Amino acid sequence: MPLSLSDPNWYPIASSEDLPFRHVYQGQLLGRELAVWRADDGNVNVWENRCLHRGVRLSIGINEGQELKCQYHGWRYANQSAGCTYIPAHPADAPARRIENRKYPIREAFGLIWSAANDDQAYAPFPGSDGHDWFALRPMPVNATPEDVVAGLARLAPDDEPADLLPALVVRVGGVTWFVQPVDAGRAVIRGLLPEKPADELATLRHYNELLTKLRDRLERAAARKPAPEPLQPVFEKVSADLSTMPDIAVPRGNTLTVVVKRKWQSADGVIGFELADRDGKHLPTFQPGAHIDVHLPNGLVRQYSLTNGPGDLSRYVIGVKAESASKGGSKVLVETVREGDLLQISEPRNNFPLRRDATRTVLIAGGIGITPLLSMARFLDKSSLPYELHYFTRNDESAAFSSELGVLHGHVERHAGLARDAIRAKVAAVMGPYQFANHVYICGPGAMLEMVQQVAADLGWPDEAVHFEYFQNDKVIDSSSAFDVELARSAMTLHVPAGKTILETMREAGLTVPSSCEQGACGTCLTTVMEGEVDHQDVYLNKTEKASNTCMMTCVSRAKSDRLVLDI
Amino acid sequence: MPQAPDPITRNLWHVVAATDELPIGLVETTLLLDTRLALTRGSDGEPVVWLRTDEENGDEIDADSVLERLPVRTAYGYTWTCLGTPDAELFPIPEFAEPDRVNMSCGSIGIHVSAPRAVENFLDMGHFPYVHTDILGSEPHTEVKEYDVEVSEERDEVLATKCRFIQPMAAKSAVGAMEVEYVYRVPHPFCSVLYKSCPEDETRRDVIGIFLQPMTEERCRAHLLQSMIDSTSTITDLRRFQQTIFGQDKPILENQYPKKLPLDPRSETPIRADKSAIAYRRWLSQKGITYGVIPQAS
Ligand code: FES
Ligand SMILES: [Fe+2]
Repeated sequence: MPLSLSDPNWYPIASSEDLPFRHVYQGQLLGRELAVWRADDGNVNVWENRCLHRGVRLSIGINEGQELKCQYHGWRYANQSAGCTYIPAHPADAPARRIENRKYPIREAFGLIWSAANDDQAYAPFPGSDGHDWFALRPMPVNATPEDVVAGLARLAPDDEPADLLPALVVRVGGVTWFVQPVDAGRAVIRGLLPEKPADELATLRHYNELLTKLRDRLERAAARKPAPEPLQPVFEKVSADLSTMPDIAVPRGNTLTVVVKRKWQSADGVIGFELADRDGKHLPTFQPGAHIDVHLPNGLVRQYSLTNGPGDLSRYVIGVKAESASKGGSKVLVETVREGDLLQISEPRNNFPLRRDATRTVLIAGGIGITPLLSMARFLDKSSLPYELHYFTRNDESAAFSSELGVLHGHVERHAGLARDAIRAKVAAVMGPYQFANHVYICGPGAMLEMVQQVAADLGWPDEAVHFEYFQNDKVIDSSSAFDVELARSAMTLHVPAGKTILETMREAGLTVPSSCEQGACGTCLTTVMEGEVDHQDVYLNKTEKASNTCMMTCVSRAKSDRLVLDI
Repeated sequence: MPQAPDPITRNLWHVVAATDELPIGLVETTLLLDTRLALTRGSDGEPVVWLRTDEENGDEIDADSVLERLPVRTAYGYTWTCLGTPDAELFPIPEFAEPDRVNMSCGSIGIHVSAPRAVENFLDMGHFPYVHTDILGSEPHTEVKEYDVEVSEERDEVLATKCRFIQPMAAKSAVGAMEVEYVYRVPHPFCSVLYKSCPEDETRRDVIGIFLQPMTEERCRAHLLQSMIDSTSTITDLRRFQQTIFGQDKPILENQYPKKLPLDPRSETPIRADKSAIAYRRWLSQKGITYGVIPQAS
């Protein structure tokens, strides 16, 4: 039977030994090249061997532990999801678009790495695999068609005990189970398993190696007499249309997903940790350091929480929630009523607080619960061995959260407990020092602290672009003095928005049902595509680049600079 | 069987050798657009190019005995030929004629990738810190700032201006990191010229040209020209510098798939930094070039 690109069978593509620490292995299956690498957390990734940016092989890239870095322009791809987390040419932007490399199913078993060309078939161990401690022989590459290799292996069997031919190019001869990895139409790798470790490992390995070398020579001589088969022609999948239109920015719609609360614990005085995971154990979507998720609470409110995770850590999201004073309706519900095992709706991660990785010096300043995004940033910088310092201000020692997570970092981490306001200010000034080229500071904490650090930074000559922070609440005074028309393209309706009224209110009065939640320009629920007109952005949801693109807006607070807006509603 | 080149490509002038390096009275062989060529120089120093039959590299030959010749042009230190009906002119590089410049051909390097892929690499600043580490760029300074790109109608070339990048050692005469400013021209589907701020004289610019000889659709030879305002470095230094740079690009380019340049915008993922490459791809598409590219399915 000729090989097919869509063959759903699982085949071994490498030995476990081919994946030593921080290595990237180049594999091949059914004509497709694969980049195979093990992350520091043990997870093995099998990806198409081609960077989505300019098609360079990822197998010549660098395994940074939890992310793979392409050699050509340094794009980073996350462990598990293969999602792009960083584009060095544009260090200030979060790659907002969903750039995700093609990945293949993977299983590690019996000392071998297994994969398949597609997800059509669930992995099942080969028949008779139970109850043995399998021992992998050395692989043998052969330049012959996989079918011929199977036939050649079968001929190794003595006449009185014929070989067993199993599905998916497996041959059992005597005690050995042989797997033929179909590399391409005219190439294969033979991988053998013995049911247990032999007494004399070296002698056994040598014996089979000799046997396979002879078989290979026979098969290759025979193959040379036949016309070479046409190699398989895998096609590279096209990227989506929105990825191909370079300057446009696609703001992701608030897709929600259901997660289960795996763990809830007291991380410090007044700080509760929540670990959220997929219900079926699948990995969660790619995020970048500084990203947050919206959590939809049982009482209908939506609140934003920063992820604390490090790079390529997608098995769960960990957030920290401030319990104290059982703050407004939001966190209170999480802390008091949500329990382990409960389900929650969350949004995909968004990032309005992107971390540049092109700084010569990065200063992270956290106040209280503001540690959460900065912990994530510190973990990313840590993995890439980039210099950073983290200063964590808390009311007292007991209220310092995520101590063990901070404890394993290699950078300069300093805790400052119980300082008075002036002392904090003096400390921040001392830590930051006068501005120098390519220095960046990231602040997260209570509003007053944010303002204080901004002030200190300005006094020390730090330019705005070097001072990074994010808002979860819109504290700005909304200017609703303008009056303009909105044309609703899909509803074929034109409405006048008078001063003092929002676009959202105007649409509702006209009988339209439009979703919203916070109505202060912070949650993203009312995100609307703008087709024409110039937007007067007043929200804190969209980041600078997204605002500048003038392609979308939050109708609950933002208005028009032009006389007329055309919206995709 | 290789595909016949499209008429545009066929009628272009293509670089085939550094004129000075062509031996007088001896045959040199090469490949252009899947066609075997033989070259030599006559006793007058003028290059002669013809379709190769049974000549071998190094054979003795009298240039006068070659009657069926291909058109030849010498420019910028190189010999150019054409397999079809050539245009009268080759693209201009006016600076080449300035009297106080050091002009030199810096050798050729064979690369197993299509010529347009190599042009695109030449236009690309984003790879400096990763591929030309500590020479043309270095981490953490990886940002490609906004720059301008246009396709000049009258000159029919792609022009990228205000390209800025932080470089540790932008040229042989540079000391310490600085921001350099580049202008890129693509005046020919397989050639590009770069102007960069010169460390010695702010008012003038060093010029580097890359001329690609498309040998097959997936194989090319890069010929380099430098036209420098540099009074201190020796020619050997300058040559070695450029050869290091291209030696670094070669292994990356040879790991790029597909080897032909895909013109369908959905085949790869461009970013703002790739504006010049996008313009270049569109320009090739509009010209109807199909050699060395994967044309966009219409
Ligand atoms: S080709 Fe991989 S980062 Fe550009
Ligand atoms: Fe380069």
